[in-house]
Amino acid sequence: MHQRRNPTLHLSVFTLLAAALLLATSCSRSPGGDSLRDQATRDGILLFGNSGEPPSIDPHLNTSVNGSRITSALVEGLIAYHPTDDNLPEPGVAESWENVDSTLWTFHLRKNARWSNGDPVTAHDFVYSYRRMLTPELGAKYAQLLYIIKNGREYNTGKLKDFSQVGVKALDDYTLQLTLAGPTPHLLNLIKHPTWYPVHAPTIEAYGGIGKPDSNWTRENFVGNGPYQLKTWIINKSIEVERNPYYWDADKVSIKEIHFLPIDDISTEDQVFNSGRLHYQNTVPSDMIPIYVKENDPYFRSEPWIATYYYSLNVTDPVLADKRVRQALSLAINRRAIVKRVMKGGQDIALSLTPDGIKGYQPPKLERFNPNKARQLLAEAGYPNGEGFPTLKFIFNTSEQHKQVAEAIQQMWLNVLGIKISLENQVWKSFIETRNNLDFQVARNGWIGDYVFPDTFLSMYRTGDGNNNTGWGDPRYDQLITDSITEPDSAKRLEMLHEAETILLEAQPIIPLFHYNRIYRIDPAVKGWYPKLTDNRNYKYISLEPKRSAER
Amino acid sequence: MLTFILKRLAQAIPVLLAIYTITFFMIRFSPGSPFSDERKVAEHIIAAQSEYYGFNDPVPVQYLNTLLQHLQLNLPPITSHPGLTAADIISESFPVSLELGIWAMLIALTLGIPAGVLAAARQNTTLDYAPMSLAMVGICLPTFVIGPILALVFGIWLQWTSVSGWSTPTDRVLPSLTLGLFYAAYIARLTRGGMLEILSSDFVRTARAKGASEFRAVVVHALRGGILPVVSFLGPALAGLVTGSFVVESIFQIPGLGRHFVEATFNKDQSLILSTVLFYAGLIMLANLSVDVVQVLLNPKLRHK
Repeated sequence: MHQRRNPTLHLSVFTLLAAALLLATSCSRSPGGDSLRDQATRDGILLFGNSGEPPSIDPHLNTSVNGSRITSALVEGLIAYHPTDDNLPEPGVAESWENVDSTLWTFHLRKNARWSNGDPVTAHDFVYSYRRMLTPELGAKYAQLLYIIKNGREYNTGKLKDFSQVGVKALDDYTLQLTLAGPTPHLLNLIKHPTWYPVHAPTIEAYGGIGKPDSNWTRENFVGNGPYQLKTWIINKSIEVERNPYYWDADKVSIKEIHFLPIDDISTEDQVFNSGRLHYQNTVPSDMIPIYVKENDPYFRSEPWIATYYYSLNVTDPVLADKRVRQALSLAINRRAIVKRVMKGGQDIALSLTPDGIKGYQPPKLERFNPNKARQLLAEAGYPNGEGFPTLKFIFNTSEQHKQVAEAIQQMWLNVLGIKISLENQVWKSFIETRNNLDFQVARNGWIGDYVFPDTFLSMYRTGDGNNNTGWGDPRYDQLITDSITEPDSAKRLEMLHEAETILLEAQPIIPLFHYNRIYRIDPAVKGWYPKLTDNRNYKYISLEPKRSAER
Repeated sequence: MLTFILKRLAQAIPVLLAIYTITFFMIRFSPGSPFSDERKVAEHIIAAQSEYYGFNDPVPVQYLNTLLQHLQLNLPPITSHPGLTAADIISESFPVSLELGIWAMLIALTLGIPAGVLAAARQNTTLDYAPMSLAMVGICLPTFVIGPILALVFGIWLQWTSVSGWSTPTDRVLPSLTLGLFYAAYIARLTRGGMLEILSSDFVRTARAKGASEFRAVVVHALRGGILPVVSFLGPALAGLVTGSFVVESIFQIPGLGRHFVEATFNKDQSLILSTVLFYAGLIMLANLSVDVVQVLLNPKLRHK
């Protein structure tokens, strides 16, 4: 009985599949052969490849780049991202501001700023938000970015219990006063960071209070004050935001919706873009870069970025404690070959930690590839032709690209210096721990600047800094960095940082290799998307312009 | 039958407990902290987070607490996505993986069984060699090769189907095919083997002698016994389809459970790993149990044991 039905069942399923396939043929192409992207352009929807599901879209808890791309659409700080120039402050919730000695800052908030539920945005919201960010129980990983506020560190580490002693005060509903730990002339650049965004106090209180690290408000009731508000969020599928009608500058917001698609696999993202389902492709697979360059791909962009790829050397290691060995390792690397043969993205080689392009700052440079001098230095250090040199342990986080760079350098060091290294890859969380514990001799490293100023790179190399990861330290260097932070004269400040970087490069606890380029693809229909060193976007200045069809 | 099922369910308890214990200690002994980040996180922040998530308790206390939370189905908070719980993630993404698994299974059965039956009935002819060679290719090619090829041909060149997402019916075609083809190939080979054995048995010969048509002999008489190897394969296959779809989920950007499972281990998210491992383990046991029940129903020999 049952068996007899089987063939017909198979047949019917088969017909169903065939029908589905036919249906697919008929409906995936809209009339005129348009892609989904063209349709979305007409509907005012930006399809945004966003590299992966962000750990959180709570501006105070998120630490990822892809998360901050979403929070900056949903929430607005005192100062917003400028559409073209990272050095300029774009007024956000703050309409105007003034400062005394760059230590005491007063911000005047606009009176028409609103939360997405209609409540007014007030100075008290900012006080509450900074208190939340600094509340020890919340455990915000980037709380340290608020330590420039007077007593911010003390409150966050629990030494101070009374928040009224922290330098944040609402003078009235629309005036916020910040008292800083010391003069900070570039404060306006620093507070663009999402950790300085406000949160809606009644919502936070309703979802477990100020110190709850895993409150669910972002998912159930996201109240923000940015140009967009949360529409839907399906984990690993999409986060969709739509225009916030209460936003104070809502008339200027052009794009109706942004769909952030968390595509973590870069080949998949490339495939999705090529099938016409994305306006913006976050990452281009390195194999595809030369092809798109050669084909003059109309979507391909490669722009300078404030980011450096480098290696850290463990100076506490007996072999690497010798400066000459560290310099020899750097001189033996042909950076141009690595960019041309391995990275293939037209990156600039890095002979300094700080990239070029920071206004008023010309970083000091290391000496280029010089095999003879490298061999000579190594011989002086007691290892002629690499004799007696131990095998170095090199660690990197698991990635095909890091491996290729490491193998190229492994070969260069062998050819030029006659020394060997053993490559060891580790998954991200283990890698970070190994690197922090200095359980390596050479480690891959990379840094993306938080803002456009040299100390976003240089301050890491103060003695004992959490991101130093080399064991290196120099009192003169520390002094220069500390003094530069409070130096009111900007030319002098840059001079001090220049001297500091010269010391760092001379001592060479790090080997800069190249400066990352921001390599991505974008549909020409997206207007107002300018090259920016930090790659931070202010969405209200971005628009979609359907291409005019010549045939119709 | 009922005692058989109850007995099997009782056996599941120590197995699940062992799985929980092994997973728990494997996570504890693996290096790295769930709270570390590219930018060094201050020690007092890590301490505060560890306190909140209960990592400061002695290990035996943590072991028992987490176990109790799982027993009460009150899944502990996860660290990699603060605010979400493992229950949120499983309830949102498992239906997707299940649907993908079911489509793939349907494709595997629809292609695999007829191909295997045909090959067995026409042994050593082109109708045998062609599908079996194809099946061999299907088994050898991993999903991460077939997937992008299918996407390139049908999604980008021909533009018949979409290459990503999980919203419209066309989104389902390529991932289900990619995942289903491997199992189709396997099932075809199993069916052929099983059918060959049964077709040469006495009762089929008797049926033929009594004048049963070829179709009747093969499909009515032989198939029931011939697909037994396939049925016993279905349990692990279904579990494999539902749990092992990580690669396909990645290639086609499908919001399924497989990706969370893998990402949780990268993030060293203890509670998410434990919850998904236990969930998968329970699922695999259920799948195996149902297969055993079906086998008893299909095979009279087993019924009398």
